[in-house]
Amino acid sequence: MVDTVAPVAVAPVAVVGARRRSAGRYSLRLVVLGYLAVLLVVPVGMVFFRAFRHGVGPIWSSLTTGDARSAIAVTVIVAVSALVLNTVFGVGAALLLARRSFPGRRLLDVLIDIPQAVSPIVVGLALVLVYGKFGVFGGWLERHGVTLIFSLPGMVLATAFVSLPLVVRAVAPVLAELGDEQEQAARTLGASTWQTFWRITLPSIRDALAYGVVLSLARSLGEYGAVTIVSGRVLGKTLTLTLFIDDRLQNFDQTAAYSAAVVLALLAMASLLVSRRFRSRARRNV
Amino acid sequence: MLAGIPALVVALVATAGCSSSSASSGPGASSRPGGDVTLNIVAYSTPAPAYAELIAAFQKTPAGAGVKFTQSYGASGDQANAVVNGQEADIVEFSLETDMTKLVKKNLVASDWNTGQYDGFITDSVVSFVVRKGNPKHIEDWPDLIQPGLKVLTPNPFSSGSARWNILGAYGAVKKAGETDAQADDYLTKLLKNVPVQDASGAKALTDFVGGAGDVLISYENEAIYAQQKKQPVDYVIPDDTLLIQNPIAITTNTKHPAQARAFLDFLYSKAGQKIFADNGYRPVVDGVTPAGKPFPTPPGLFTIKDLGGWTAVTTRFFDPDNGVITKIEKSLGVSTTK
Amino acid sequence: MSRPRSSAASARRSGLGIGLVTLYLSLLVLIPLAAVVWKSQSEGFAHGWAQVTAPQPWAALKMTLAISAGVALFNLVMGTLIAWVLVRDEFPGKSVVELLIDLPFALPTVVAGFVLLSLYGPSTPVHVDIAFTRVAIAVALLFVTLPFVVRTVQPVLIDLDRDMESAAASLGAGPALIVRRVVLPNLVPAMLTGAGLAFARAIGEFGSVSLLSGNLPFHTEVSAVNIFNQVQSDNPAGAAAQSTVLLAIAFVVLFGLDVLKRRSARHG
Repeated sequence: MVDTVAPVAVAPVAVVGARRRSAGRYSLRLVVLGYLAVLLVVPVGMVFFRAFRHGVGPIWSSLTTGDARSAIAVTVIVAVSALVLNTVFGVGAALLLARRSFPGRRLLDVLIDIPQAVSPIVVGLALVLVYGKFGVFGGWLERHGVTLIFSLPGMVLATAFVSLPLVVRAVAPVLAELGDEQEQAARTLGASTWQTFWRITLPSIRDALAYGVVLSLARSLGEYGAVTIVSGRVLGKTLTLTLFIDDRLQNFDQTAAYSAAVVLALLAMASLLVSRRFRSRARRNV
Repeated sequence: MLAGIPALVVALVATAGCSSSSASSGPGASSRPGGDVTLNIVAYSTPAPAYAELIAAFQKTPAGAGVKFTQSYGASGDQANAVVNGQEADIVEFSLETDMTKLVKKNLVASDWNTGQYDGFITDSVVSFVVRKGNPKHIEDWPDLIQPGLKVLTPNPFSSGSARWNILGAYGAVKKAGETDAQADDYLTKLLKNVPVQDASGAKALTDFVGGAGDVLISYENEAIYAQQKKQPVDYVIPDDTLLIQNPIAITTNTKHPAQARAFLDFLYSKAGQKIFADNGYRPVVDGVTPAGKPFPTPPGLFTIKDLGGWTAVTTRFFDPDNGVITKIEKSLGVSTTK
Repeated sequence: MSRPRSSAASARRSGLGIGLVTLYLSLLVLIPLAAVVWKSQSEGFAHGWAQVTAPQPWAALKMTLAISAGVALFNLVMGTLIAWVLVRDEFPGKSVVELLIDLPFALPTVVAGFVLLSLYGPSTPVHVDIAFTRVAIAVALLFVTLPFVVRTVQPVLIDLDRDMESAAASLGAGPALIVRRVVLPNLVPAMLTGAGLAFARAIGEFGSVSLLSGNLPFHTEVSAVNIFNQVQSDNPAGAAAQSTVLLAIAFVVLFGLDVLKRRSARHG
């Protein structure tokens, strides 16, 4: 325990101060833990309690209905598609930001963070304005038989939008710190760009990349506001788990709603656990 | 790596192309009965359970064999807007006429949609009060709703069709009792003062009420029946003077399967289809159909939207975003109440 | 940092990379947001502004900004305290708390609203029903912005050089003075950044607030909900106008803080 007073080397007045500091420390700890309990721990615990009140059976059966399974499938497809897009973008942008100088680099740096400041509703509106039937590009796409909004691709776009910066921000600092001596050495030895990237760069950012990917996945799984607008709510086709919760609540299917909420909460916690492990490993290797 | 990006873009476009082609089956398919036909239903939030049964029953008939369906349900205004913005729909059903009119304006629904035998309405309902089981607060009629301290739930009239029916039901009932317009506006003010929460849709309001919020919910009769069928501890009261709710339905102009859509609509209007609606709590528009549960009572003072001047007139008078009566009431309440 | 490559092939690859990255960013983010700004004045600036200042949206905007600012300030204090306890204190279960702090980041907003509603709503088991009030908005916003200040302050606290504090202590300074004069000045930039991020996040929050607040026009309706209703009632110009205002406010706050941070870094 670290609460004990420091050894004799400390001046006498500090001993009294330490006891006063202890009292201060305890009350601070109490305030903080109390706040977290009331705001965070107890509410989340309550949802788990209500969900599991009648055992695992009802949860399992409500999550294995056709609608539930499609919601899970849709959620996963949308999240993974958005993830793939943003990972490719993220690594590319990180390489550019960390290793190259070009006019407008600082601007790009700033622009990448924009999605963090945009309300999800605005995201949905923005995408409909451009890719909806009467949108800037939407009309042209429609005439060529491509429908983006109110189908899966639109939801992928919305999800990709909100999680855009996460991979970049995880990978770029690591790339910057690592420097590119290894890559340069490989080039001198005759390796091609692709080989250098695949054999040298990618392994060096593996942990940071994994961290960014997990964060991005967690964010994508949980998106609600933006997909509410672009989804079209077609049962079994464009309902994500978050929209499924809405749907079940309105049909008095509390069990299914709580079950889906629990699944999402568990996924969130799991992704946090996994991402922290990758983040600390990434920090250690740099 | 960088070459991967174009590949991904191609993949994305291909997925998009696939999802749109799944609903269309080429130019020749529409004349084939059954076959690879999918009808897209886009409707307001409440009739989902009814349609689940209706679709299953239709698919058992010769006209409906092999016809597939996709279904989308949400707040009436939201859904109308989605169709306007490009959501695929063959059959649309909304909570009120003004949402259908939005589609007519964009030529997504023919302007003669309401000239048929039933004026374009597929089911009816009435504005009613949903109360706790046993009606502990003894809510019987409209004046009861404005007693001080009572918590009344009704959705947001600027996003929910249901809320507009509710408010117009209140207005019409009060006028029927002989009050002037000014007194009616006063009643509406008192009523809205008693509303602690305004959800975006009628279905959401029902969920909140069942979840414990409020003492009484103004809602469609069929919502109350649905809640009871789902074993929720609620009762409902139909006041003597109340508004007839009429739900419009239509086939879209850009449907790819007009024949099958027509067949489905005919089924919905058939005795079998209307019986399914009735069993789910909707008042049939066709005579001679009785529900499985208790029969629908006829309120002595039933009136319709036509009696109030029609949707265009009431929308302008009550719901205009700057000068509507309700807009003004909401604003005055927001300034004066302290919570 | 690396030296710029000199070979032409490398420059071409850079160019391609920059082009593709910019293309993706434009198609996904920049053009859609530009469309929002453009749409807000598509029927004239006056019309767009009238949409924003109409009674209901204006009330929503004022309330959203006020509550978000309050939440950001509260987080400024609370988040710093939490970071302090996490860094300087030890107690059993601290690693669990560390993990839980990030939960609002990962949890879907609708689940957050759901979670708070089940505990502090009509079916509350603890006799605390704040649903459908402005308090509910604040609680929802506090929940979703919890990690922001904590996570920006924590790394600074960890890296803080303790020698200055020990020196001050040995000169007789009490703990309060040490905190105020020695520790806090180093934390202020991070605190402000975190609070700014929290504010930007709060003004746009939708999922949790829409479940918990009741969305009463002129009372508990936040801007995001009003914008959503505008979108769904086929008033994209009005929705776009409000969205543009929200975007502008968020950007001003974030850039302003960035400037403040650079200035204090230069002088501090």
